[in-house]
Amino acid sequence: MELEGQVRIPSGCAISAVVSKDLRPISGETVIKSMIPMHDRSNGLGGGFAGYGIYPDYKDFYAFHIFYDSRKAQEECEKYLKDHFEIVQAETIPTRKIPEINDVPLIWRYFIIPLTSQMLRLQVDEKEYTARCVMYINVHLDGAFVFSSGKNMGIFKAVGFPEDVGRFYQLDDYEGYEWTAHGRYPTNTPGWWGGAHPFGLLDYSVVHNGEISSYDANRRFIEMFGYKCTLQTDTEVITYIADYLLRKQKLSLKEMSSVIAASFWDTIDHKDPQEAKVQTYLRKIYSSLLITGPFSIILGFNGGLMALNDRLKLRSMVTARKGNTVYIASEEAAIRAMEPDVTNLYAPAGGEPFIVLTDEYEKEV
Amino acid sequence: MPISLVTPEFEVLRDQTRCIKCRVCERQCANKVHHLDPDLGVMVSDEASCVDCQRCVTLCPTHALKIRVNENQFRPNANWSQQTIKEIYKQAETGGMLLSSMGNPNPLPNYWDHLLINASQVTNPSIDPLREPMETKVFLGKKPRSIKRLPDGSIDTSLTPQLELSMPLMFSAMSYGAISYNAHESLARAATELGIYYNTGEGGLHEDFYKYGPNTIVQVASGRFGVHEAYLNAGAAIEIKMGQGAKPGIGGHLPGAKITEAVSRTRMIPKGTDAISPAPHHDIYSIEDLRQLVYSLKEATNYTKPVIVKVAAVHNIAAIASGIARSGADIIAIDGIRGGTGAAPTRIRDNVGIPIELALASVDQRLRDEGVRNDVSLVVGGSIRSAADVVKAVALGADACYIGTAALVALGCHLCRSCQTGKCNWGIATQQPELVKRLNTDIGTQHLVNLMTAWQHEIKEMMGGMGINSIEALRGNRLMLRGVGLSEKELEILGVSYAGE
Repeated sequence: MELEGQVRIPSGCAISAVVSKDLRPISGETVIKSMIPMHDRSNGLGGGFAGYGIYPDYKDFYAFHIFYDSRKAQEECEKYLKDHFEIVQAETIPTRKIPEINDVPLIWRYFIIPLTSQMLRLQVDEKEYTARCVMYINVHLDGAFVFSSGKNMGIFKAVGFPEDVGRFYQLDDYEGYEWTAHGRYPTNTPGWWGGAHPFGLLDYSVVHNGEISSYDANRRFIEMFGYKCTLQTDTEVITYIADYLLRKQKLSLKEMSSVIAASFWDTIDHKDPQEAKVQTYLRKIYSSLLITGPFSIILGFNGGLMALNDRLKLRSMVTARKGNTVYIASEEAAIRAMEPDVTNLYAPAGGEPFIVLTDEYEKEV
Repeated sequence: MPISLVTPEFEVLRDQTRCIKCRVCERQCANKVHHLDPDLGVMVSDEASCVDCQRCVTLCPTHALKIRVNENQFRPNANWSQQTIKEIYKQAETGGMLLSSMGNPNPLPNYWDHLLINASQVTNPSIDPLREPMETKVFLGKKPRSIKRLPDGSIDTSLTPQLELSMPLMFSAMSYGAISYNAHESLARAATELGIYYNTGEGGLHEDFYKYGPNTIVQVASGRFGVHEAYLNAGAAIEIKMGQGAKPGIGGHLPGAKITEAVSRTRMIPKGTDAISPAPHHDIYSIEDLRQLVYSLKEATNYTKPVIVKVAAVHNIAAIASGIARSGADIIAIDGIRGGTGAAPTRIRDNVGIPIELALASVDQRLRDEGVRNDVSLVVGGSIRSAADVVKAVALGADACYIGTAALVALGCHLCRSCQTGKCNWGIATQQPELVKRLNTDIGTQHLVNLMTAWQHEIKEMMGGMGINSIEALRGNRLMLRGVGLSEKELEILGVSYAGE
């Protein structure tokens, strides 16, 4: 059977997220709980989580989480890492032996910083350098797959039901101010861990429910800019689009949502003239990054998250709030599992970005 | 007259029991096939002149007429076909090049027919265009590589000129001269009504049609016929014609007989003289020269019009297109080997160039490999026959399609492929006033609008089936295509997987 990346696998999913605007630490346990009532939205073939603010002691270092198929792949990859980064810490990611999670690869974590000499030689900034190295490993080094590469955040994923994956990675031992979670329902899968979600690049992580019909138009466009879609999944291409528009093109989150879930031309025409002008402009120049077909996504990053539905709202997604904590999930039941006593239940309209920023990040920007 | 070795291609079958001798056929045939035999008192035919344009058949009030391929056969020979033998007779009798018109009629592989379109099932909902918005609007032109911000942080929304199309279709270049005033008027009015564009071809713009300028693309070809400042500024875009799919590598020849008073004034050449456009542009012998012409035209129009560079699909098309993308052109138009023409040497039309599907696939991929795909838009033509061909072309990577033959068929053309004679009985490819007036421009306009509207409905229906509600999400979306009956190499060039994969 072909591995993920050699074949395109559609899937349905469950997603959820929680973020504390005032950076109050939240245990990974909380977000695991949200996935239990949505059990039937997954089929045991992929689950995962992303936590932000989980590595405060190493917050200035890129945290690479890597799956290895073999010791040989690990040796080769570590040689590459040493040539390109200073490694301040290398360790296996602690896991709990449970019967539900099998065929475990080697799972390693590295805290690293780019070698300045190399960055100067390539005349790129730290993020671009790191992103290129991630891309190199994932495309060229057989048996090694970087599945998390941001600072002070980490992705944890595996083949299994999400609640089992959370227990497997001992997420109850981690605390962060923001979590996203994903349960996957692929139509078929070779059971490869790299194919589970969230998908991440630098500190961007994406969980996604849907099957986008624009996939190949998006993929072929984004690959012009140095990205290589190795997994053939929607989540991967959406992550690269977010990285391209936010980091490289320097769009705001709202502007990005006007690209990927652009309003219909008729709707744009009825907007306030200045707003209409900007949206028309963005649709014209980034037309190949419009995403069609059903999706609900949560894009996490250091400082907040953005939830977004496709413009027809073909996938469910609700949001809620309690105090300074904001919750998002495919189903209200998932939110109630995290916090029964929420207020402001709200289902964002198709194409309407739901942006939550931490107070600290809001002050910065 | 000496006896010709060339036997008639067609037979005229007349049911004498139905014929009422109304002589409509006689009056309608510019080739003078029919006449009333005064001695016999019946209508008879000179089949040698028949081109099978179906005019008489269509207008016969009693349906007494049928035209069919002459059943007379030369001795069958798989190597020397009847067609080949006849062509040799013609050349032996005349000493000339064989002339043909419309697109290549030979059974070259047609890749559209080997590509199949996807639809949503279960994992992804299809979208009903009758109930949900379905967008086919397209903007053609250069897109910037990054956004610019104004001092107040807002986005600078100024953009180089773009063409806005209500659907990814335009009428391709057909000159006034090659086709009639009425055909041009129909195309211009239909384009205006539809929110798309028609193209003047290389024959200039008749003074009556300047009012359709906002929906007109004015062409600058190697003969520079009818090119002047007002002309360049009259249209919405300027197209430099470097080549044409039906006759790559050669120029054009409009016989003096078609250069009437009005055509002469529009083309700015003397009445009755042959209009011969040179094979190359004599100011463009290389890619850097093209850049100069692109910018000359932009200067002449104060950078208010996008410039299209139209080329024929030839062997090295990917590299050529990549060069054009860096020449300042805003749009590249590529015309495939099956593209039509008002007149071309038969050998050229049938043997020079490559199919548009392969050219499109390799150009789109090359421009992406080089990271310049967004610097230009891509328009393709050369036998786009239906809405399905359009959907496939867009999925392979085209921004829009040019249609010529299909538009003429909507005006009544029956593809008799005799445009070069100037005796088009349908009033399309002729300048004879009594023939031109047969094309009613109100009906012609309506037929074109109907055809395009019908295609737009079909495009939307197919998009909806794929779960795509905006045409830009289809562009270059090759996963929406699968090949059947193709070799691995063909699939590789087309960039599509085999059905079942």
